[in-house]
Amino acid sequence: MSSLSRAPRGAAAAVAVALLAIGAASGCRQGMYNQPKKKPLSESHFFHDGLSARVPPADTVARGWLRADAAYARGIGPDGKFVSTLPQEVVFSRELLLRGRQRFDVFCSPCHGREGNGLGMIVQRGFKQPPSYHIERLQHQPIGYFFDVMTNGFGQMSSYASQVPVEDRWAIAAYIRALQLSQHAVVADLPQRDRDALAAATAATVASPAAAAQTEPSR
Amino acid sequence: MAQLFPKSANVLAPASIVALLLAGGGVVGGLLAVDYAGFNQRRGETIEQPVPFSHEHHVSGLGIDCRYCHTAVEKSATAGIPPTATCYNCHKLIWNEAPMLEPVRSSFRTGQPLRWTKVHDLPDFVYFNHSIHVAKGVGCATCHGAVQKMRLMRSAQPLQMRWCLDCHRNPEKYLRPKEEVFNMDWQPPSNQEELGRELVAKYKVRPRKFLESCGTCHR
Repeated sequence: MSSLSRAPRGAAAAVAVALLAIGAASGCRQGMYNQPKKKPLSESHFFHDGLSARVPPADTVARGWLRADAAYARGIGPDGKFVSTLPQEVVFSRELLLRGRQRFDVFCSPCHGREGNGLGMIVQRGFKQPPSYHIERLQHQPIGYFFDVMTNGFGQMSSYASQVPVEDRWAIAAYIRALQLSQHAVVADLPQRDRDALAAATAATVASPAAAAQTEPSR
Repeated sequence: MAQLFPKSANVLAPASIVALLLAGGGVVGGLLAVDYAGFNQRRGETIEQPVPFSHEHHVSGLGIDCRYCHTAVEKSATAGIPPTATCYNCHKLIWNEAPMLEPVRSSFRTGQPLRWTKVHDLPDFVYFNHSIHVAKGVGCATCHGAVQKMRLMRSAQPLQMRWCLDCHRNPEKYLRPKEEVFNMDWQPPSNQEELGRELVAKYKVRPRKFLESCGTCHR
């Protein structure tokens, strides 16, 4: 009789403990949530500077990151001057220009503007205005010059070497060339398809300026 | 011998079993409801940070792309919190005397990183990787919400396993074209499921069997 009455009491206690455990599990985080290991950018109480990631000794080169080729890594040719063509590691293609445009829009357009006129949003908010890419001095700079400015900064512009890897800097430099061309191209430079589109648009403008304004492509 | 139990015990005994089960279910259900509602994940709660950084201002107001600061998002597991040098690209000249930005200046002077508090803090037993999600067409906003409208950062989604699995089981409900991943204003089209199925095939998203296997996220 006594053993019979103890059993339900034991079961009730077990249920109560289980319910408490569920409550505890849902109410607070357990050890597995925050394990004694470090993830990128997490804090450390072990090192005096509070960083979990260690700074490698000066001049450390990660495997595969030796940039011994001056033309590719710094935009400087064997004669000590900026290269005027893309280094051989960079293959010129439509994809390169598209990649360059995308990276330019992300990293450069805030100041230089999408057309490269130096009137980006940050400039409108008070940053020093960079020169337009379309002035004569910059039009005649070799492509290595633009790579160098991205790598080392220029005037108020910081170095973008840590934000934009080498291959992307070349893609951007190539795209800057395309932008420069775009502002100084003549109608005869356009492919036939674009010339036809232009002629159609011009005809429409003459016929009805309002209709042309509507069909004008938006950026 | 007198009757030990009154006649009503015949009803009360089984009824009490049912009542106990219902009460237990109610408690468990209630706890699960609390958990599902997201009170545990600090969802929607702004967390105090060293600098009141506004994504709304930088993204909507200035049009800066996510990748300008979160440069690692396409290549690594973590999206990356920008170093103070990135803030300084602009704030060396803009708002460079604002008291609000003193922690940024002091961090730049001393080299001590700003100590941001993680808003989207997954448990340490989850191996989440940003780069694969971005590469397969999961937009920033799908998990992080309308960041471009957040003055102070907060988490918009529950970040629970069932929430992750919802997409891992039905990716076609959420995928978008890769070029729209960083477009914070993208809205799913009315034929999202149809588009999603095309994207699942085009981007070679792994089959459900793989995406919902334990080892995909827990290793």
